[in-house]
Amino acid sequence: MNILVCMKQVPDTAIAIRLDAEQKSIDRSEITYVVNPFDEYAIEAGLQLKEKYGGEVTLVTMGPDRADEALRTGLAMGADKGVHISDPALEGSDTLVTAKVLAAAIKGLPYDIVLCGKVATDDNTGQVGPALAELLGIPHISGATTLEVDDDAKKATATREVEGGFMRMEVPIPAVITAEKDLNAPRYPSLPGIMKAKTKPVDKKDVASLGMDPSSVGLAGSKIQPMGMSLPPVREAGRIIEGEAEEAAKELARLLRAEVKIL
Amino acid sequence: MMRNVWVLAEHTDGKLKRVTFELLTKGREICAAVGGTLCAVLIGSGVEGMAPDLQKWASKVWVVDQPSLENYTPDAYAKAMTTIFEKERPIMLLLAASSNGRDLAPKLAARFDGALASSCTDVVMDGGRLVGIRPVLGETAFVRVGFKSPLQIMTIRPNVIPVTEPENPSNGTVEKVDVTFDEKDLRTKVLEVTKAAGKVELTEASIIVSGGRGMGGPENFKILEELADVLGAAVGASRSAVDAGWRPHSEQVGQTGKVVNPTLYIACGISGAIQHLAGMKTSRWIVAINKDPEAPIFKLADFGIVANLFDVVPKLAEEIKTMKTD
Repeated sequence: MNILVCMKQVPDTAIAIRLDAEQKSIDRSEITYVVNPFDEYAIEAGLQLKEKYGGEVTLVTMGPDRADEALRTGLAMGADKGVHISDPALEGSDTLVTAKVLAAAIKGLPYDIVLCGKVATDDNTGQVGPALAELLGIPHISGATTLEVDDDAKKATATREVEGGFMRMEVPIPAVITAEKDLNAPRYPSLPGIMKAKTKPVDKKDVASLGMDPSSVGLAGSKIQPMGMSLPPVREAGRIIEGEAEEAAKELARLLRAEVKIL
Repeated sequence: MMRNVWVLAEHTDGKLKRVTFELLTKGREICAAVGGTLCAVLIGSGVEGMAPDLQKWASKVWVVDQPSLENYTPDAYAKAMTTIFEKERPIMLLLAASSNGRDLAPKLAARFDGALASSCTDVVMDGGRLVGIRPVLGETAFVRVGFKSPLQIMTIRPNVIPVTEPENPSNGTVEKVDVTFDEKDLRTKVLEVTKAAGKVELTEASIIVSGGRGMGGPENFKILEELADVLGAAVGASRSAVDAGWRPHSEQVGQTGKVVNPTLYIACGISGAIQHLAGMKTSRWIVAINKDPEAPIFKLADFGIVANLFDVVPKLAEEIKTMKTD
């Protein structure tokens, strides 16, 4: 089975993000980068499929040079090879452009299934997976909390959470499946895995080698144009309700009625 | 050119969801600013009965009411939208940033080469153009985004836009659209839909009672459920509580869970890790109950109680119950 996993390198979610002095972009000086947590579930799902059906897991990422570290993490988990799309022209790409670039890279590869994380924790859009499926002309299921792939019957079944419940869906493969957190427990890279990852093949691609026009990607090709950043209003610490637990609970109930006005 | 703003209605069990009216409120505001008209799109099976409620807001209500649309699938819904788009197109399409809205919007953007801003908290006019506002990086910052496309698509988070009913109901027309589905449009099959009965959905809840590591174990969430019952609230959990297996991931609030915007968020035994705050700090009111006075959650709580939550929470539930029966 040919399994593709799209992944992204993102700032570590455990670290507070600050804006730079002009508050136009983020201060990158103290940021450490990790594999997008949702992509780890996608990689794990890919590795489990390989264990069941054989074949290869190929990681695909678009990002600057530093994204190679994220690819190596995925390779250390057990993926076989990587595709790294990196080009200064890609700077500022919106999600639709990102999906187009990934689609261009994927069209040249054999695949039976494409796995992505449900959402990247930095931009929080969750758009690339479904857009990618549309561009590839294949179905998708987003936010899978379970996934079964039947390679003989050429179909995938997944559960996705919807407001107030769950929905179990079936699609023919190839398809794009985006992974929700509950999907599995991603393995940690083993020490031999880390050693091996260093020499696993990573195919470097740029915009030209994908046959794309530089003006169709990056900020120039994007339909979403960032116009600046702002900080959310600062929340002030409120008041601590003093007194014994019982008294405090009583006072809180009073405040919920008098100030919050929910009772 | 018609400068129409369209709202895709969200509904469940034959009723329009509140977020639909939030979108209509915002859509009406955009129309007033750009001189457009507001239209609604209603897709599903057996949904036509909901059209009159939309007619009060919209000049036109597009209705696709067919058995193949009983359950949401991206393929069938995209086909329904495509069929409508062949007749007319909006300059802006608003969808809820719900599980289905966020699933469909990127598919439509890719199909029609539209500009899509996802999970916005607002859209404003700036120098004569529409600008979407969306939180990024775990709600650390807001990005302002402009659109460079004749088709602008936006998903807006539930619970952020206060609904204001139309002063003069518009009594719009209904246009039924018949969609011909072929096999390719129905390749996604829904095998089963399970609904948790009587549960308040986290992202739509006005009040959330949430528990963290301080709850000590899964059995202790009973006191939170009791408080939630009294308040008509949803129960949430921190990542530690979910990772410990005490609560399902569907209840996780935070950067790798759900982002919520309730009127009131009551955090019990939650210290306030950055990734948790990313999911709830836009709540209108925050209450923290924690025995550790140094817990970071107190830095943004409107009301804090430094005490053992097992003493406070049952007492609070009792007090509120008494107040409600008064």
